[in-house]
Amino acid sequence: MNTRFDMMLPRRHTILGGVALAAGAAAPAHAQLTIDMTRPSFEPVPIAIVDFKGDKVGADIAGVVRNDLQNSGLFRSISPSAFIQQNIDPNAPPRFQDWRSIGAAGVVVGQVAQAGGNIKVDFRLWDVVAGSQATGLSFTSQPNNWRRLAHIIADAIYKRVTGEEGYFDTRVAYVSETGPLSARVKRIAIMDQDGANNRYITDGRTIALTPRFSPTLQEIVYMAYGENNGQPRVYLQSVDSGRRELLGNFPGMSFAPRFSPDGTKVVMSISADGNSDIYEMDVRGRALRRLTNTPAIDTSPCYSNDGTQIVFNSDRGGSQQLYVMSASGGNERRISFGQGRYATPVWSPRGDHIAFTKISGGTFGIGVMRTDGSGERMLASGFLVEGPTWAPNGRVLMFFRQQPNSGGRAGSVTLHQIDITGRFERQVPTPTDASDPAWSPLIPQ
Amino acid sequence: MRMIKALAAIAATIFMAACSDQQAAAPATTTVTPGSVADFRQNVGDRVFFDTDKSNIREDARTTLGRQAEWLKKYPNYQITIEGHCDERGTREYNLALGERRANAARQYLVAQGVPAARLKTISYGKERPDPVGSDEAAWARNRRAVTALQ
Repeated sequence: MNTRFDMMLPRRHTILGGVALAAGAAAPAHAQLTIDMTRPSFEPVPIAIVDFKGDKVGADIAGVVRNDLQNSGLFRSISPSAFIQQNIDPNAPPRFQDWRSIGAAGVVVGQVAQAGGNIKVDFRLWDVVAGSQATGLSFTSQPNNWRRLAHIIADAIYKRVTGEEGYFDTRVAYVSETGPLSARVKRIAIMDQDGANNRYITDGRTIALTPRFSPTLQEIVYMAYGENNGQPRVYLQSVDSGRRELLGNFPGMSFAPRFSPDGTKVVMSISADGNSDIYEMDVRGRALRRLTNTPAIDTSPCYSNDGTQIVFNSDRGGSQQLYVMSASGGNERRISFGQGRYATPVWSPRGDHIAFTKISGGTFGIGVMRTDGSGERMLASGFLVEGPTWAPNGRVLMFFRQQPNSGGRAGSVTLHQIDITGRFERQVPTPTDASDPAWSPLIPQ
Repeated sequence: MRMIKALAAIAATIFMAACSDQQAAAPATTTVTPGSVADFRQNVGDRVFFDTDKSNIREDARTTLGRQAEWLKKYPNYQITIEGHCDERGTREYNLALGERRANAARQYLVAQGVPAARLKTISYGKERPDPVGSDEAAWARNRRAVTALQ
C-alpha cells in the first residue's frame, strides 16, 4: 500500500562546514567557560550571543542559538539589551572588559555572507575570562537551511563548553492528538527538536502510534490500525516521499516496532491467539525470526546501543518487569526488581543506562537504571508520564505527560524533556496535544 | 446587531442539540426488534469487564457471555469482532497486548459455548478508545472490557 502525502518536506541539504577559523589568540581551556555535568550542582554558564552580522537572517540565527542553549538548562542566555559593546567586529577579539562587566563567561559573534547562491556563516566563541577564542567554525549551505546551521553552531558551542556532543541538530517524531477521546485522531508528526518545521506524515484516517526513526532519519516505523477497524500492523514509511509499506502481513496484531542501531533490522511484537511474542525482521529480505516464546506478554523491545542485546517488557513473572536477552534470542534475564511495574525500556545511545516508565502506588514515573538493573533513579513523576526517548548524546530524555480527564473531557497531553540528572524539566511546544515522542539521532551532515 | 444574531444562532444550536439528545434516548423506552443489534446491546449486553491487569473471565462476565452465546447461535447471520480494551493506567504497548489477551479470552469462552470460531475475530484497542471518558476508579473499571461488536 503506497500513500503519498503532499507535505512540504525539505530536501536533503548539503552542508559544507566545520572549517575551523584561525584563533585570534592561544586558547587555553578556562574553568568558567566549561561545565561539569556530573557534579551534583552547578550554575548555568552565562553566555552572550550577538546577532550575526552581514544579513538580516543573522539575527534569526542568533535567536535559534540562544533558544537552544537556554533550553538545555546548562546555559543562561544574557539578554542583548544588556550588551555594552555595540557594532562588534566579527573578525576581531571583542572588548573583553565590556563582556566581563555584564557577567558573561562567553560571547558568540558571527557573520553571514552570500556565496554564489549559498550562504556562508562563520562564528567564534570567545572565552571572556581567558581573553581568547574558544572555538570558531565556518559553514556554507543553501540560504533556506539557516535554521539547521544555527542548530549546528549551538551544538558546537555546547560541545566546547560541556565536553559532550550536542543534540540540537535533531528531529522528534511524535503522535499528534486531536478531537474527543472517544474518537481521538492520532497522526504521526515530525518536527525539529525545538518545535520548528512541524509536519504531519500520516493522514489521521486511522489511529497511528509509536513512531521510531531509522538511524539515517530517512525512514520511520510505526503501528497503525487498518481501514474499517482493520488489525493494527507495523508500517515502514519514507519520511521524504511519504511512501509506506506493510512490514510483514501477519494474521494477528503487530506492534511496538524499533530499528536496530545499524538500521538493517526491526524488532517488534506479534500476537497470535491473544499472546504477544518478540520477533526480529530483516528490513531488506523480510526474513522473520522469533526471539521469545512464552505464554506471557513480551513487548516494547529495544536494542542495546551496540546491537548485541535487547531489553524488553514481560509479565512472565506475574507482573510487568524489564528483561534483557541476546539480540539473537536466548539468555533472558530479569533486570528490574523495585516496587511496582516497569515498562517501555529504552537503551541509552551511550550504552550506560536504560530509561523506563514505572507504575507504582497509583502514580507513573520516568527513571533510569544501569544496564544491569542497578542504580535506579527516578527523574519525573505524575498522574501519567510515559514513554522516555533519548537525545543522541544520552544526557537528555523526552517523554509525555497526560493530565487526568474530567467531566468527560480529555486532559492535556504534552511532551517534556529532562536532563538525566533530573534537572531542567521543560515542556516542548507542539501545535496540538502530543504523545509517544521519538528523538532522532543527529541529522547526518 | 451582529452579536445578537450570533447569540440567536448559538441558542438554535443548543435547542437542536437538546432535541437530538431526546431522540437518541427515545428507543431505550420502546421495544426493539428481536435479533437486531439494539436487541443484543440492550437485552443481552455487549460487554464484559475485567480486573486490573487481568484477562481471566470473571463470574459476572460468564453470565453475560453465556447470554451472548445463546443469542449469537440463534442469529447466525452476524459476523462478530470482539474488541479488547484497557483502562488508561498502563503503558501503551503493554495495553495493546493486554487488550488482545482480553479479547481472546472472551472469544475462547464463546467458542466453548458453541459459537463457531470462524464467526469470531478479535482486535485490541489497548487504551486508545476509552468508554466512558474519565480518570477515576469507576471509569477505569468500565474501561477494562471486551466488547462484542456485530457486523
